[in-house]
Amino acid sequence: MVCDTFSQHDSTIHRLDPRARIIVAFAFAVLLAISTSILVPSIGVAVALGAMAAARLPLAATAKRLAGVNCFLLILLVFLPLIASGPCLFRIGPVGYSREGFLQAARISLRCNAILLTFTALLSTMETSTLGHALSHLRLPQKLVHLFLFTVRYIDVLHHESARLRRAMKVRCFRPGANARTFRTIGYLAGMLLVRAHDRSMRIMDAMKCRGFRGRFHVLTHFTATQQDVVFVLASLTVILVLAWMEIR
Amino acid sequence: MKDRLIKLHNVSFAYPFGGRVLSGVDLELNAGERVGLVGPNGGGKTTLLHLIVGLISCTEGELWAFGRPRRTEPDFAEVRASAGLLFQDPDDQLFCPTVVEDVAFGPLNLGKTADEARAIVADTLDLLGLAGYQNRITHKLSLGKKRLVSLATVLAMQPQVLLLDEPDAGLDEETEARIVNILAELPLAMIIVSHSRSFLAQITTRAVDLRNATLSPFDLGRPVAI
Repeated sequence: MVCDTFSQHDSTIHRLDPRARIIVAFAFAVLLAISTSILVPSIGVAVALGAMAAARLPLAATAKRLAGVNCFLLILLVFLPLIASGPCLFRIGPVGYSREGFLQAARISLRCNAILLTFTALLSTMETSTLGHALSHLRLPQKLVHLFLFTVRYIDVLHHESARLRRAMKVRCFRPGANARTFRTIGYLAGMLLVRAHDRSMRIMDAMKCRGFRGRFHVLTHFTATQQDVVFVLASLTVILVLAWMEIR
Repeated sequence: MKDRLIKLHNVSFAYPFGGRVLSGVDLELNAGERVGLVGPNGGGKTTLLHLIVGLISCTEGELWAFGRPRRTEPDFAEVRASAGLLFQDPDDQLFCPTVVEDVAFGPLNLGKTADEARAIVADTLDLLGLAGYQNRITHKLSLGKKRLVSLATVLAMQPQVLLLDEPDAGLDEETEARIVNILAELPLAMIIVSHSRSFLAQITTRAVDLRNATLSPFDLGRPVAI
């Protein structure tokens, strides 16, 4: 269930220091999130596509990842202009298609795609465990880092537990439908998963205590920044600053 | 007396909403001894191991480990550094993303430096035939490999005693044989919980049966239903 298939490839991006990639991805995402023009997110998409090409990500697999979000954005593009005010681009019967609403939806779509593509190119190209360690080295609170690493570690186990419970229901001829019995059964499934997750967390805590855990995690992985990483961060921050200047100009 | 590593004297335990699982249990583990622990499901075998390392506290009786009576949490923190507990489910034991981090977790907690921990990891993985597994993702390993890595996490703490909770459960013949060979060659005292008499017969020096909350000697050679 935890898929980090993009991290298995090799490219210039893959070889960069994970900390450098996180800093750049975060700064770029913040700039895009607060941008109000349509030009900056458009350039952002172009830059992100460039990063994606540099990371040599498979086009089909990346498009598949973006498809879900873009389906939602399509709904936004269709409906937001219908409820927004301002001059109309065209009318469908009594309903006007607002220019301002369309621009707003386009801005959201571009921003969203640019951020997703950047994160895919820069962050999904590292193992989730590497991401956790890099975040730890960037002084993110330890509790958040370990919450993230534990989630990555156990989401798969919980997924398998859920699949086991579903199989147990299936082999006893359970067919879900829109009825009270189905809702009750799904409730049992969710409840059982919660109980099992709680029990497992207690057992893991015991396992940690047995190995001398006293509230502090020691990080074993260390990173070394090379000249290439410094050049990457400086070049990326320059692009981000130029985009920020275009935004406030 | 000086060879005695663990001693339980008249130990009783009952879960708050369950029956009594241990009643006046006496057990001794001496250096070089490998004790097999058999008994029915839910009979208290895992509870007994958890009591020894202080994950739960006995309601009555006395527990001695490594020459001292053990009652409080700091006492048991010391016990856990010398008595390695292998959990039944490797997914409970392996919680770090990679093998190297999981195996190094214990040594680092015991105050080893990162370099010392890495050296211990390499040696332990070599010993278990897992060289090259350092950077493997733990949750992607097969059950057999997870079990071996779990054993590595315990051995990396260089314990004097191993407490193994069904180390053979769910393994194929080849992996089971490998675990038997590894355990048989380790110069450590052990308490091994298992439902397989043939598995225990290959490793242990004696066996006890935990039934109806009490312990009694068990003959692994006799065809007695477990």
